[in-house]
Amino acid sequence: MSQIPVELVKILIALVAVAAFVGLNGLVLVYLERKVAGHIQRRPGPFEVGPHGLLQPLADAVKLIGKQLFTPKNADGFLFWLAPILSFMPVLLLFLPLPFGPKLTGMNLNLGLLLILAFSGLNVLATCLAGWGSNNKYGILGAARAVSQSVAYEIPLLLSVLAIAFQTGSLNLSEVVAGQGSWPWQWNFMVQPLAFIIFFVSALGETNRAPFDLAEAESELTAGFHTEYSGMGFGMFFLAEYANMIVVCSVAVALFLGGWNGPFFDGAWWFLAKVYVLLLVMIWLRWTFPRVRFDQLLNLNWKWLMPLALLNLLITAFVTKLS
Amino acid sequence: MNAFPEGDFYTHHFEKGARENTMILNMGPQHPSTHGVLRVILELDGEYIVRAEPVLGYLHRMHEKMAEVKSWVQFMPNMGRVDYLHPLAWNHAWVGAVEKLAEIEVPERAEYIRVITSELNRISSHLLWWGAYLLDLGAFTPIMYAFDDRERILDLMQKPTGSRLTYSSFRIGGVMNDLDDGFLKDCAELVPYLRSRLPMYKDLVTENVILRKRIEDVGHMDKDMCMRYGATGPLIRGAGVKHDTRIIEPYSVYDKFDWEVPVYKEADAMARYMVRMDEIEQSLRIVEQAVAMIPDGDFMIKKRPKPAWKAPAGEAYFASESARGKVGIHIVSDGSKTPYRVKLRAPGFSNLNVFAECSKGTMLADAVAILGSLDMVIPEIDR
Repeated sequence: MSQIPVELVKILIALVAVAAFVGLNGLVLVYLERKVAGHIQRRPGPFEVGPHGLLQPLADAVKLIGKQLFTPKNADGFLFWLAPILSFMPVLLLFLPLPFGPKLTGMNLNLGLLLILAFSGLNVLATCLAGWGSNNKYGILGAARAVSQSVAYEIPLLLSVLAIAFQTGSLNLSEVVAGQGSWPWQWNFMVQPLAFIIFFVSALGETNRAPFDLAEAESELTAGFHTEYSGMGFGMFFLAEYANMIVVCSVAVALFLGGWNGPFFDGAWWFLAKVYVLLLVMIWLRWTFPRVRFDQLLNLNWKWLMPLALLNLLITAFVTKLS
Repeated sequence: MNAFPEGDFYTHHFEKGARENTMILNMGPQHPSTHGVLRVILELDGEYIVRAEPVLGYLHRMHEKMAEVKSWVQFMPNMGRVDYLHPLAWNHAWVGAVEKLAEIEVPERAEYIRVITSELNRISSHLLWWGAYLLDLGAFTPIMYAFDDRERILDLMQKPTGSRLTYSSFRIGGVMNDLDDGFLKDCAELVPYLRSRLPMYKDLVTENVILRKRIEDVGHMDKDMCMRYGATGPLIRGAGVKHDTRIIEPYSVYDKFDWEVPVYKEADAMARYMVRMDEIEQSLRIVEQAVAMIPDGDFMIKKRPKPAWKAPAGEAYFASESARGKVGIHIVSDGSKTPYRVKLRAPGFSNLNVFAECSKGTMLADAVAILGSLDMVIPEIDR
């Protein structure tokens, strides 16, 4: 019997762990989103299933799984069903290089940041295929919006990440985190506040979250690219959205907010706590603001975020070279 | 070949004029932002609208025909169901027209009761519009706040009117119930409460930069356009014309109160938004004064019309101001138990017609913002 490579086993274990983590966090986030939305809107939120509606996400999941998977008559069956899978699968990979704790990293990669940025781009393809494959006019409009939005917002996102990479001289997320201290004033966002803001705004655009949820703008496009999906087809997009939210928040925490560093006790709990604070901010934004219009969204990106991010990068490069 | 050819008469007709490389999108009758069963056919070039055509009639209930087989008194409940958000304006127009025809003198207390309930109803209608409009624009929370406040008005209104939505509490010659002291006291307490909520609406929504960017300079309907289509209500007041039926064709006791007609010059969706927000304030002023000034006396004439009551032969027209614009009812009587002909002039119908011209060249998201700013109630448009 030939030797099984140790590295492969490690990756497999990490992938299983990540899948479990994503599933669990998806459930928590569904509950959190609905409960926080409820309280923002002065209503109790889910309350019937389990104590304080705690089992509501499970009931939701069972409902979604139990539904018929329906393919519209004029849809391209292959692309139609490839899209949800394609939107969810790469997300698992994004979790591998994330440094959850001092020793808790799926894979300690030198180019971890690059891997995340590269594979997160696949999500756009899935959205595009979903809109195209379902042969629905709202779907196509949603897909077209999603593509131009994601392409546009990836650039400032990348530029703001590059600023940190310049500053720390590394694309390894674990090293970036280790370079930051325990106290908030030792974290990167004190040095790079502009980059942090640009990153967070672009992340909202990248994950299609309100107020930038144009690809699925309910009141304009009914449901945008996932209009035709039922059951778990929709469920996959839904899960991918939440997983993507966790990824961008985790990257933001690792790059700007000190990762697992924290006052008194360093560790994964600090990481998770910070991620959830950012997620709560995202939820809060969604339930407060109206949606922007499409041209305004692109204007904001090309006229404000991009030049600012470039400027920020230039200054960072200059200062790094000097010191 | 597809066994089910797509589209119906309206789509095929619309497709005839289509340009090359455009997409025809059928928005509605089931669409989240067409507020019921309005259908709009759009020709899109990318996201830009080349042409738009509203298709009506999905909720036609032949109210005008129904009037011809119901007696004068029995037609009253229909008036609660034409415009379900501001039914009391329709109530008022109907009883006003019949009273004009039969030359019935209404007790003054009844007129005050009509004004108080109708203005409260106007506030609840504007609150619902406000919430639903923001839902169109993608803000999910304001509608919950609006419904919370609207709920208080409904709780108060159900005592004298006996219902919470489709009010039909006006009667020919008065109103159904008198207002008791408890109602007047609660009403006097509700007014300051609602007034205290308005700054919160302003801070949360009106001054939000995303909202302002979304609806400022969107959907220009200038004075000329409004007049060509016969648009009334907040549309024409948002275009800088001080046109309010309560002022220009005074009815009831509106001339006894100190209030203003909000007018904005900008003629865009924001102007219409501001007109409605200011109207809530003005309606609160009217209610406050009416509650303080309400005289004692009867709330109904002594000889109230029975269902078989016969109106004298002749014609009468009466207009009232609803939350959406000018409601006009023209009745023709041949002296029998039922009207000979009733014409209902719904403001929403004229207001909607502006949409086709107004939405040309805007983006799809703007079309939703313009449609919402018309404050449509589809049952009223289709009647």
